[in-house]
Amino acid sequence: MLAQSVFLILAVVALSSGVMVITRRNPVHSVIWLIVTLFSVGGIFLLQYAQFLFAVQIILYVGGIMVLYLFVIMLIRVETVAKQAPYSRQWAIGLGAVLVLACELMYGVYKGVESFHLGTPSRPPVDMNNTEAVAGVLYNNYMLPVEIASLLLLVAMVGAVLMAKKRFE
Amino acid sequence: MFNDAVQFVENYPLLVAAIKIVIVFLVLSGVVAYMVLAERKVLAFMQARLGPMRVGPWGLFQPAADGLKLLLKEDIIPAGADKFVFLIAPVISVVAAFTVFAVIPYGPSSALIITDLNVGLLFVVAVSSLGIYGIILGGWASNSHYPLLGSLRSAAQLVSYEIPAGMAIVGVLLVSNSLSLVKIVEAQQSSGLWNFFLQPLGFLIFLIAAVAETNRNPFDLPEAESELTAGFHTEYSGFRFALYFMAEYTSMVLVSALAVVLFWGGWLRPFASVAALDFLNYLPPVSLLMIAGVVFFFARRNPVPAEKWFLVAVAAGSAVLAGVVAVPVVITAVQPIFWFTAKVFALLYAFIWYRATFPRYRYDQLMNVGWRWLIPLALGNLIATACVLWWAGPNPGRLKLFFAMLAANLAVAIVVALLVGWRSPTAAAVEKQTGS
Repeated sequence: MLAQSVFLILAVVALSSGVMVITRRNPVHSVIWLIVTLFSVGGIFLLQYAQFLFAVQIILYVGGIMVLYLFVIMLIRVETVAKQAPYSRQWAIGLGAVLVLACELMYGVYKGVESFHLGTPSRPPVDMNNTEAVAGVLYNNYMLPVEIASLLLLVAMVGAVLMAKKRFE
Repeated sequence: MFNDAVQFVENYPLLVAAIKIVIVFLVLSGVVAYMVLAERKVLAFMQARLGPMRVGPWGLFQPAADGLKLLLKEDIIPAGADKFVFLIAPVISVVAAFTVFAVIPYGPSSALIITDLNVGLLFVVAVSSLGIYGIILGGWASNSHYPLLGSLRSAAQLVSYEIPAGMAIVGVLLVSNSLSLVKIVEAQQSSGLWNFFLQPLGFLIFLIAAVAETNRNPFDLPEAESELTAGFHTEYSGFRFALYFMAEYTSMVLVSALAVVLFWGGWLRPFASVAALDFLNYLPPVSLLMIAGVVFFFARRNPVPAEKWFLVAVAAGSAVLAGVVAVPVVITAVQPIFWFTAKVFALLYAFIWYRATFPRYRYDQLMNVGWRWLIPLALGNLIATACVLWWAGPNPGRLKLFFAMLAANLAVAIVVALLVGWRSPTAAAVEKQTGS
């Protein structure tokens, strides 16, 4: 009961702040509302006993990526951006996507959970906490894909640095 | 009566936690307030001055006077400022700094631990990385040049130095095998070797990064007076400025407490396993007695009667407290909290000491230290630690591990110094390239 009400609060906060993100004219305000969204999604992770995901969500998204967003936004002229109307062209496409998603959700609610083949969520062993379970899966079962993905990210990063670098005489 | 207390704790866990949080908050606020005074006094002594002397004996009531002044000052919001962001920015800083103290263990018993998260270390990294929003948003919302420049500098600096700090923490994690701060201290207790002796390089990296992340000298570029008047909080006044001030000093206490927990054995007494040094257990009452003696000595020389009697009362109070602490039951009870506090204060003193010692870095020097030196060192430290632990196998001898780690740390330091130093451009080359 308590978990359910906490979930409802977090879900409402996540969704309403998500709406705030796309309706704010000032990009800095959008970023602040996006931080609120990420926080409440992190709270939902915590509600599912995924402490590691919660921590990573805060460290990476809130503490890292959003700071870089702000960093970039502060360097552009906020006043001129605020005057431009957002979604001048894409609103029809956006509305279409929303309609499709709404239909899918309505269909799901109409049919009920029982009519879908959902996998049963696996729980980590009692003596092991969430972090160890994630580490075990990542670095034992899927070590090669993880390494390949990290190599790809590294190459992309080096490429970005090389492109941004000024050429000295 | 004792059973009643246990019953109470079992019946109302949330209430007990709330009481603990309030106590930690109050004590911390007091420590922070007196840190400001201590900083002014210590800096003054290091520069052969007296520091604050007017408010109370030796300026002891200066924090109260400062607090009152800042509370009563006008709260100015600059024209053209983003009001909402301007108002919440300092609050974010303070909340982020205070929240982390929820997972710091002050002693082994459950009464001295607010909560023991099994992802405690991740929680610390996550929440303390939120403090940067207070600085960035505050600088941006002021709608003014100096704050914006200060907050841009700060964003770059904090993001840069979070990386080596995080990697140094991972080194501790490898050695202690846990993310829970309580378990990290317990691992240091059972191995009989504090993490500093296994991770000397990691501690140095953590310390430098910690100074940079708290915006303290020599890394205080975000608020460099000579260039930016006051950096990100130039436009703040009154109590909102006080909130930024509190956040800065709270995060100093925080990184000191973290360094103590991660590297200096938390609440453990130095050489806890050496029986010959058990007399160290009597240090709490002895130090209180020494405080009483020093205060009494100065009280006799104080010319103002009211101040003289106040100091005599303080001395008498310390002496009585020393008597209470000397009771055998109490002396064991205060052991952990005493050692924890003593270590934290030693590190805080070092923070003030740096400020009196080092000149401020130039911006390119700051970035050089972070990216060219600390990050390679931290990476090398991580790899070397993992290799040594793999080589030593489970349950290695204490001395074997110590010497292996020492050798690995030295090797990493030398290799990185050679590699980075060999590739670093000389000052003349940099001048030629940038044309400055």
